[in-house]
Amino acid sequence: MPTVAPLDLEAHVVGVAYLGDVPVFADAAGFVHRLDGSHAVTPAHDGLLVALRDDATDTLLTGGEDGRVLRITRDGDVTELANEPRKWISKIAAGPQGAVAFTTGKMATVRLSDGTTRTFTEERTVEGIAFAPKGLRIALARYNGVSLHWVATSSPAIDLDWKGAHTGVTFSPDGRFVVTMMQENALHGWKLDTKPGAEARHMRMSGYPAKVKSWSWSARGKWLASSGAPAAIVWPFQAKDGPMGKAPLELGTRADVMVSHVACHPSEEVAAIGYSDGMVLAVRFADSKEVLLRRPGKGAISGFAWSKSGQQLAFGTEAGEAGVIDLTS
Amino acid sequence: MSEAPVSEATVQKPIPVTVLTGYLGAGKTTLLNRILSENHGRKYAVIVNEFGEIGIDNDLIVESDEEIYEMNNGCVCCTVRGDLIRVVEGLMKRPGRFDAIIVETTGLADPVPVAQTFFMDDDVRAKTELDAVITLVDAKHLPLRLKDSREAEDQIAFADVVLLNKTDLVTPEELAKVEATIRVINPSARIHRTQRSEIDLAKVLDQGAFNLERALENEPDFLKQDDHDHDHDHACGPDCGHDHHHHHGHDHHHDHAHGHDHAHAPSDIHDVTVQSVSLRGGEMNPDRFFPWIQKITQTDGPNILRLKGIIAFAGDADRYVVQGVHMIIEGDHQRPWKEGEPRESRLVFIGRDLDREKLERTFQACAAKPN
Repeated sequence: MPTVAPLDLEAHVVGVAYLGDVPVFADAAGFVHRLDGSHAVTPAHDGLLVALRDDATDTLLTGGEDGRVLRITRDGDVTELANEPRKWISKIAAGPQGAVAFTTGKMATVRLSDGTTRTFTEERTVEGIAFAPKGLRIALARYNGVSLHWVATSSPAIDLDWKGAHTGVTFSPDGRFVVTMMQENALHGWKLDTKPGAEARHMRMSGYPAKVKSWSWSARGKWLASSGAPAAIVWPFQAKDGPMGKAPLELGTRADVMVSHVACHPSEEVAAIGYSDGMVLAVRFADSKEVLLRRPGKGAISGFAWSKSGQQLAFGTEAGEAGVIDLTS
Repeated sequence: MSEAPVSEATVQKPIPVTVLTGYLGAGKTTLLNRILSENHGRKYAVIVNEFGEIGIDNDLIVESDEEIYEMNNGCVCCTVRGDLIRVVEGLMKRPGRFDAIIVETTGLADPVPVAQTFFMDDDVRAKTELDAVITLVDAKHLPLRLKDSREAEDQIAFADVVLLNKTDLVTPEELAKVEATIRVINPSARIHRTQRSEIDLAKVLDQGAFNLERALENEPDFLKQDDHDHDHDHACGPDCGHDHHHHHGHDHHHDHAHGHDHAHAPSDIHDVTVQSVSLRGGEMNPDRFFPWIQKITQTDGPNILRLKGIIAFAGDADRYVVQGVHMIIEGDHQRPWKEGEPRESRLVFIGRDLDREKLERTFQACAAKPN
């Protein structure tokens, strides 16, 4: 079994990322922990709600109960990008060239690297936000669908409608698909590259026994792995029509323990699968071969990050356990 | 391969949630300020629609837009509060900071989606427990509210505890009448008379009232309160002079009253559209009872605001408790029947347009046949 270098934290781990080759862990109390030779701590928020890596700048973006959006470097330097007193910032997206988007209630704000901002208001609360892989375009998930906005122009939004509450949104890496998480136990997808003038085509991905809280695109966007079941549910997106009419893979199936977090390997068709009891498996798509990476612990896996080489996996749990798993040992 | 169910270490005691409802001006903010400022040694996270006049800084107060989601299951009454799901999820990432959560709704809020959130959302349900719905009622203005607002009535129908507030602004006769009105709408709520929302917080917080099992432990006569209010005509009070006997039955009585009551001065009680139906029977046959309650809640669910009951099943040593909101029902064994305790089944429906005769007849048809 690979070795695990543990890091015990006091609070629920909200997000895990690699900045360069430094693993960082953001906890709900508001601290960002960096394992750069030794354990360094950056106080960031009074209550941290979201943390993710900005690939464009190799920094960590965080949002919190204090209404602030921060950018944190691997050296622990903190820049405040926004401050919305008394609002909770729980949804952030990283865009091209240092652009950052976040939501407050019914409004989404896009902040470009030069500090200029643009806001978009929906009729209902914006529950999910994602940048398209190309062009400055954002998707906002809200009740009864998704709105697609161009950031730089004033052209009207395109509405992708589907009844129900959409709580998260992602673009496929090739930009051909938009997928949402729903309040009901399902994902919903739209195929965007239809003929000009034709409506986006729907994809219903249902059958989950629980809400989907975590998802991850595999290398080159061929698969979308997801939580919400006692196995990782991995939908095929390599075909022209995506997963339409196709069954997903079910990887790492356990009898009665739910998958709580998933993260696809940066280059191989392998997913790290985290469970509600803290166990971690790596599973290969081709043959469903499983490798145990971590035994069950005290809390559900709540964050993963693969190192750039794919040889280390950093993880965190709701109980504050964290660490780095070395797959080469 | 044998796996442990869910990791034991993550299983925390559910955080109790108190829901405060009541029309604008009924005294919710005053009560909330009391709760937050009194020295009770407990820490509260408070979810409000507006920061408004809450004057306490050091408590955890979260502002949230009331946002109602219809569930995508074809059931129009299956609604939840999306904002509560989000805020509870965020709060529960740092559970050590507070002992309980209070949700203050706006005056016009429908209490149903709030309550259903605690039944229908798995995440909220896993981490929290609805403790009680507390409804504040302005003794002076309730009659007016009932005339123009369905929400005011729903809030009372849904309450586990009613604070009949501002009692200093009405005469004893008016107060008695308002209280009788509340009883008509909700025969099983505990009613406390208050002024300026002043009340022993032990009667409001940590009630375990929505948990029927605990409510029954605390108050064995819980559902027996129905008896003296069973007859709607009776609740009109002695000062109501209008003829009760020209309707087909007493069950639809209050729906019909609008047209002919203008001659009576204190007739506001006739604006009540919510009614309750209390059923009593002997031992039930589970093979009949469960399909029946499923069917009733499926077909009449939109009209049923709440239902609560204790059922005695033939051959079952334990009492079975059941409760529901619209189409959602939950039931479980509670405790063994005690020696000498009459094995009796009781069920109360609170709702609109309930067909008393049908409910009574079909309920009795579930009775276990004598051997």
